[in-house]
Amino acid sequence: MNFVIPAFAPAIPEMVLLAMASFILVADTFWSKKYQFATYYATQLTMIVVAYFIMTSFATAQVITFDGSFVRDSFADILKLFILLVSFGIFLFSKEYLLQQKFYSGEYFVLGLFGVLGMFVMVSAYNFITLYLGLEIMSLSIYAMIALRRDSSEAIESGMKYFVLGALATGILLYGFSMIYGATGSITFPEIAQIIDSGKADPVVLSFGVVFVVIGLAFKLGAVPFHMWAPDVYHGSPTAVTLYLGTAPKIAAFAIIYRLLAEGMPGLVHDWQTLLIILSVLSMVVGAIVAIVQENLKRMLAYSGIGHAGFLLLGVLAANPDGYAASMFYIIVYAITGVAGFGMIIALARTGNEFDKIADFKGLNGRNPWLAFMMLIVMFSMAGIPPFIGFFAKVVVIEEVVKAGFVWIAIIAVVTAVISAFYYLRVVKAMYFDKAEETAPIAPVSSQLNWAVSLVSVALLVLGLMPSSLIELSYQSIGLN
Amino acid sequence: MLSSYPILSTLIWLPIIGGLLVLFAGRNNDTAAKWLSLITAFVTFLLSLPLWTGFDTTTASMQFVEKVEWIPAFNIYYHLGVDGLSMPLVLLTTFTQVLVIASAWDVIKERVEQYMGAFLIMGGMMTGVFVALDSILFYVFWEALLIPMFIVIGKWGGPRRVYATLKFFLYTFFGSVFMLVSFLYMYYQSGSFSILDMHTMHLGMTAQILIFLAFLIAFAVKIPMFPVHTWLPDAHVEAPTAGSVVLAAIMLKMGGYGFVRFSLPITPDASMELDWLVILLSLIAIVYIGVVALVQSDMKKLVAYSSISHMGFVTLGMFVLYDILQSTGSLQGAQLGMEGAMVQMISHGFISGAMFLAIGVLYDRMHTREISAYSGVVNKMPWFVMFAVLFAMANVGLPGTSGFVGEFMVILSSFKANIWFGAIAALTLIIGAAYTLWMVKRVFFGPITNENVEQLQDLNKREFAIMATLAVAVVVLGVYPGPLMEVMHTSVENLLVQATTSKL
Repeated sequence: MNFVIPAFAPAIPEMVLLAMASFILVADTFWSKKYQFATYYATQLTMIVVAYFIMTSFATAQVITFDGSFVRDSFADILKLFILLVSFGIFLFSKEYLLQQKFYSGEYFVLGLFGVLGMFVMVSAYNFITLYLGLEIMSLSIYAMIALRRDSSEAIESGMKYFVLGALATGILLYGFSMIYGATGSITFPEIAQIIDSGKADPVVLSFGVVFVVIGLAFKLGAVPFHMWAPDVYHGSPTAVTLYLGTAPKIAAFAIIYRLLAEGMPGLVHDWQTLLIILSVLSMVVGAIVAIVQENLKRMLAYSGIGHAGFLLLGVLAANPDGYAASMFYIIVYAITGVAGFGMIIALARTGNEFDKIADFKGLNGRNPWLAFMMLIVMFSMAGIPPFIGFFAKVVVIEEVVKAGFVWIAIIAVVTAVISAFYYLRVVKAMYFDKAEETAPIAPVSSQLNWAVSLVSVALLVLGLMPSSLIELSYQSIGLN
Repeated sequence: MLSSYPILSTLIWLPIIGGLLVLFAGRNNDTAAKWLSLITAFVTFLLSLPLWTGFDTTTASMQFVEKVEWIPAFNIYYHLGVDGLSMPLVLLTTFTQVLVIASAWDVIKERVEQYMGAFLIMGGMMTGVFVALDSILFYVFWEALLIPMFIVIGKWGGPRRVYATLKFFLYTFFGSVFMLVSFLYMYYQSGSFSILDMHTMHLGMTAQILIFLAFLIAFAVKIPMFPVHTWLPDAHVEAPTAGSVVLAAIMLKMGGYGFVRFSLPITPDASMELDWLVILLSLIAIVYIGVVALVQSDMKKLVAYSSISHMGFVTLGMFVLYDILQSTGSLQGAQLGMEGAMVQMISHGFISGAMFLAIGVLYDRMHTREISAYSGVVNKMPWFVMFAVLFAMANVGLPGTSGFVGEFMVILSSFKANIWFGAIAALTLIIGAAYTLWMVKRVFFGPITNENVEQLQDLNKREFAIMATLAVAVVVLGVYPGPLMEVMHTSVENLLVQATTSKL
């Protein structure tokens, strides 16, 4: 058997990331005593360096390496850049939060880095094994991050819950993989697609395989009826970890949905389209209605995230390149908005008060009008009210679903958007119309936080006024494939 | 005349930028916030005048057009322009802006800069709604507008403000999302979001009916028409004076504008098919809501219901055209009805704004809007009552005031369509007179029974100026509506052709 050395160049960003993460893991044990923030700065530096490597070698054509198991294309590069951008924001907010809640430790950043590595591998996965590898690297890091706060029973419970359900989901996913492998005899996506198209595979086994794969993906994405873990985990995790798990991994989850369904099984579109329609409609409806009664903002955002997962699937179920591009745009917008939303909670959190209840936001306009205005932008953007970017995200996916001929789904989508507007408005109501229990002015503990949260929120407005470049980026990156 | 600078963009963005400036600069300086707001509003009004003077009344095509690519991937343009239908509404908006800023001068004490800023930003967006020629741009303004209004009602409103503002927001949002789906459907069919392209695109009957109904929900909520009017009395009662004025004078007009800009030209066949529905709802609004107004004990609520009733004339005048065409065979009468509806919109903008401002004047002094709390106001505030009675008469539709012109034209044309339409619509002359004059009698005349009324001070200079301006507008439009109709004439003719040309 001849061993051919594969081309390593396309995977340089991943390799740099792995090397840096490993180095920081070891170095952290030595320097954490002396230099408290060295790990943090090294982590952020890694983000920048990896982004630099991606930009300088930006993929204009598809490159496949490692014997067909790894792909580098502009779709992957753009998603990776946004994962880096979002993670940069996450780490920035997290540092302050961890310091304030008095459990600052280097492990958070190291685990976070490995999580990013996992996401990178997911985004570039081109066969089942790589995809599974990436998913597990990411998931295991997140399980540990949730339980990082050893003295909080809630966090430990969340970690356990996420771990058990996540393992179950992975099992289901693997089961689906094995069925598809059994039917097609291949694990790489383009080959699978080819064999399915040729009609040689057993359609019954394939159908079962698709069902299991879609269920596994729905678990990861938090789509109804596989969403039960999300509210508890979002609520129980320390806010910094909620911020992490509610944003960047969603981008990676979208990537594997795209790779598996659009690139791996386009021939089975009729099977998975129906499944996605059910998941999408249920997610939008449940996300909108159940969020109304939540008193905890993190929990509310979890349900809102479920609703957003439903909207995200709208573009995918259209099952054409424009639809995938619309979903890609949606997920990028959602991740950025999520950073702003959870970032706001972090910016206002105090030792002993997590500031994660809607009641905490009462009278914020009187205590800090600027931050109240920023939060207003975030809430209206999530609700999909123009002129914020969230509006265009919704318009684009709904447009694709109308184009695909599902006007009735579009109508359900907009009605759920109206219902969900109510709970976003509740937060605005608390900030602007209610009297505060405490009237003392409140400001983020550090000016860095103030700047960061303002920057992300204002970006939602500016992107909303000029959404063109981001939309085009998504459409072109899918179109190039 | 082609203007050398982008006049419509200026009218949209000057108040919005001014509003943001007020938000930041006026944080700890109320006086600066007020003056900056007033100056911005006034300059905007002055800058809007060239629209009138430079307007070409011989063409129905869009004027002062600006068109820049906005989102090329979806063929969305930043496309602005006005014709005879929208230009008067733009002027009404900029004019009302000045008055509402002035009306809040001494009244608002808490967070003045946010209040003023919200109104300025709202003003720019309202102009945007009337001048947008791209449906997505239109929708952006249409929806974005809800945000400042939501804050204004919820923050500076009355005791049940939170309920009222949530109801306002969700009703309107619910109405408009169906419009959005219609836009997306038409984009999918024609590949363009341009409103002008939608006017000429081909549409099948089923699609037209569904789109018509979607538009109807959106605009009926905004106007508002029976039975989706229930948010309006709540919103009006709880809103601060300036909020009520903007709601009544401008926001309601957006619904009427929507019918002439979207429903009639885009779905002419469905409009013809379903015109009975709109006419029926209009007649119910005119009569039933008029009777409801009669029993109100709260002045603002009374005027709110009267607004709904008067807006019934607008929709009636717009949709009787098919019946007129059928019974007379010509568009002559329909022209009268449509122009009547447009004049009624402008006139109602002045009158309802004036009525709410007048109630605001009383409320600022007495802090109650209950009719029973007042009596004999005329003895203490003769100047105020002079203006208020004039506005009340205009609300009734007395000849010589602007209220007469529109109502008369609509009633006349509906007689041409169907004698019953005319007869029922004409009932308003009785009902409207009843509820308005009865309120006038109870509030302004009679003996002084309340010691608080004894303490009332007449109008101060600021209030006098506001009232006088509106009085002049009401009388001038009533005596000499010619120029306004001339501006609309060509556009209305064009609209009627569009509305009667089948797209099947």
